[in-house]
Amino acid sequence: MLAIFSGLLSGLVFGAGLVISGMSDPAKVLGFLDVAGNWDPSLALVMAGAIPVAAIGFVLARRRGSSLFGERLNWPTRSDLDLPLIVGAILFGIGWGIAGLCPGPALVRLASGREESLVFVLAMAVGMGGATLLMRLVQKKG
Amino acid sequence: MEHFTPLPALAGGLLIGLAAALLFNLQGRIAGISGIFAAGLSALLRRTWDEAAWRWAFLIGLVLAPLALRPGTGEGALEVWLPASPTPTGLLVAAGLLVGFGTALGSGCTSGHGVCGLARLSRRSFLATALFMVAAALTVFVRRHLLMAGF
Repeated sequence: MLAIFSGLLSGLVFGAGLVISGMSDPAKVLGFLDVAGNWDPSLALVMAGAIPVAAIGFVLARRRGSSLFGERLNWPTRSDLDLPLIVGAILFGIGWGIAGLCPGPALVRLASGREESLVFVLAMAVGMGGATLLMRLVQKKG
Repeated sequence: MEHFTPLPALAGGLLIGLAAALLFNLQGRIAGISGIFAAGLSALLRRTWDEAAWRWAFLIGLVLAPLALRPGTGEGALEVWLPASPTPTGLLVAAGLLVGFGTALGSGCTSGHGVCGLARLSRRSFLATALFMVAAALTVFVRRHLLMAGF
């Protein structure tokens, strides 16, 4: 139950942040990415607001050593700069630049009930499945 | 600069940071949405509900947020927050495939690398964020200023 409460509360606050900031409006995102055109720098402030607050959260958690409910803290452990990271980030960026949608806003937009929002999320799921299969295949060969 | 909306962007950003801080302090998990979604789907296929419960709760919260917060009722209430996409359907599908493939391969998206990773000073996330921001801006540049596409 605690896990469901924690997930639901964080998801609600995250979703609120996405719609209030303008991240769920693809035209706004494309305006932010269009640095050579009629540039709209607003969304830089989303990161400027989010990163310090998240950083404080990570510092507090590190000091305590466990979650408030005594759960283990799942710190990401990798620090290697490998090819999948580089290629993946570039392909993601190209997709983000085509439609102005990254995964969070894409999911939030399901609330609009528009068919196009479901189409995007399904395509995203297929892409994720494809990458997972590919990585498994490469691992087997290596 | 007529579309510049610094205050809502900053306020929304603070909420996103708060959500990331909440998830890590309550559940001990990184608020990386591509990872949460992919792992949630994988759990659905494998029917491993227990460990994925928080993931689906998070994703449901994400989708409920605009419905719970909408300023009024009626047809147009969500229109301001979730306006129709300007991108033609074919390109939308291509973009969705690339976003899904790229975030799974690169272990994260704007939230996991761009917010949480940078907040943790992760070098992988610094590189990933720089790459996807530049790739996205270049893509928009090519489409709008070289190909002169009107969206």
